[in-house]
Amino acid sequence: MLNGIDPYILQILVNIGIAIVLALGLNLITGITGQLSLGHAAFMSTGAFASALITLRFPGVPFALNLLAAGLFSALVAALIGYPILRLTGDYLAICTLGFAEIVKVVFLNMEITNRALGLTVPPPASSIPMPVYVWAIAILTIVACSFIKESRFGRALKAIRDDEIAAEAMGINLTRYKIQSFAFGSFLAGVGGGLYAHFLGYINPSDFGFMKSVDMLNMVVLGGLGSVAGSVVGASILTAAPEFLRFMSQYRMLVYGALLVLLMVFRPNGLLGGVSFSGLLMRKCGLGACGRDGGKGEGA
Amino acid sequence: MLAVENLHVNYGAIKALQNVSCRVEAGEIVALIGANGAGKTTILNAVSGIVPARSGRISFEGEEITGAPPHEIVRRGISQVPEGRRVFARMSVLENLEMGAYTRSDRQGVKREMERVFALFPRLAERRKQPARTLSGGEQQMLAMGRALMSTPRLLLLDEPSMGLAPMLVEKIFEIVREINGAGTTIMLVEQNASMALAIATRAYVLETGACVLQGKASELAADPQVRSAYLGE
Repeated sequence: MLNGIDPYILQILVNIGIAIVLALGLNLITGITGQLSLGHAAFMSTGAFASALITLRFPGVPFALNLLAAGLFSALVAALIGYPILRLTGDYLAICTLGFAEIVKVVFLNMEITNRALGLTVPPPASSIPMPVYVWAIAILTIVACSFIKESRFGRALKAIRDDEIAAEAMGINLTRYKIQSFAFGSFLAGVGGGLYAHFLGYINPSDFGFMKSVDMLNMVVLGGLGSVAGSVVGASILTAAPEFLRFMSQYRMLVYGALLVLLMVFRPNGLLGGVSFSGLLMRKCGLGACGRDGGKGEGA
Repeated sequence: MLAVENLHVNYGAIKALQNVSCRVEAGEIVALIGANGAGKTTILNAVSGIVPARSGRISFEGEEITGAPPHEIVRRGISQVPEGRRVFARMSVLENLEMGAYTRSDRQGVKREMERVFALFPRLAERRKQPARTLSGGEQQMLAMGRALMSTPRLLLLDEPSMGLAPMLVEKIFEIVREINGAGTTIMLVEQNASMALAIATRAYVLETGACVLQGKASELAADPQVRSAYLGE
């Protein structure tokens, strides 16, 4: 059924799907809970290697189970590292996550099991479902789950932590627990995204998951609008597709890409969809303007 | 109802509280007055569990709560209106109030409490959909108080409700504090505006550099020449 689509376009679409899963994970941590992470690539890396190793060592494991394991592994690593560092806030936390991501990279570059600096060649996944369908099914599932979480009781607690930690604590929110849960779930998505990435590309190297990768994902979340699920989806799509569509400019490509980011931050400092939510858009479509201009504006900012 | 005994609190090397004891009986409004940095807020934060006690004992309704985490203390019936209001700026008024009821699971009770808060602060009902950051200072103070009431506390810790408000609003806020107390909520009040605080309080404690230097009935303290010259500007 995918035969009619140009393989180049299909490849971009798959990359967008993977980017959406990764960006939504970071949006949960940084956008909704307000914990600035510069190390999202580390959890993508742990997931990618875990997933690749499962396929290499246990080829019989179904792909869905493989991805679940990769996500859980990343979540576990995040919970372990999150416990000590999530007491920090703002810049301090950002530096810690940055340092942790570098450690993960260096460790993987030196471990036998990850094949050191040579990286791993990953065989195609043990699944009869074509990769693009698989990626987009997971991306859509992630979008639904994140929209749901954001509006849930749990999500409200996370937003309260983002707005004011001390007040949230005074309301009876267990800060440590909620921050770790958010960090672990965001990293779970990073791990799943990493697993998809590994199997789609067929080759992974610890150096692929460096600082720039984390910044790329942060860009997607900020460009779309911190905290907005729809924003992360749009941000991931634009930033994944833009370098491809700008290819005709050859060496000027990254220049234009950079200029686009600057312009966007000048004219839409809250991100493209800052303050817009899927449910809000739906309501407006149906003519139920109940949430109004004012009601929606403050939300995602 | 609340008993604080020989409480010591340190911030690093700085001794914020030294051997402070105080108590609050059911139905009272107890005021803590004193200059900036005297340790008033620290007492409230120690009671609500936000700041750890180095030594001493805090008990609520006969049970020790020293060292209990804040969420546990909210569940036991103590809730705090933090200094500087600290409303959740990007969340709506309604969501802020819902956060105040975070520890409870009885929907009926939450609904009833929400109606009570809206009756107490009609302005909040008008602005329920608005993000909290778009409210005025006085409205934010009302929201912070309403939010704290959402857990139906038996003891309300009120930190500087008059801070940064116009005199007319201050009077209105204090009127509401009295109303809340009249409806059966015990109140522990920290306030810079000593004359206002002494006017509505049953009893008061005077703090100086981390220690309690005077205590007594609010009316007696208000007449005390020492207090008058130091805190009432005479």
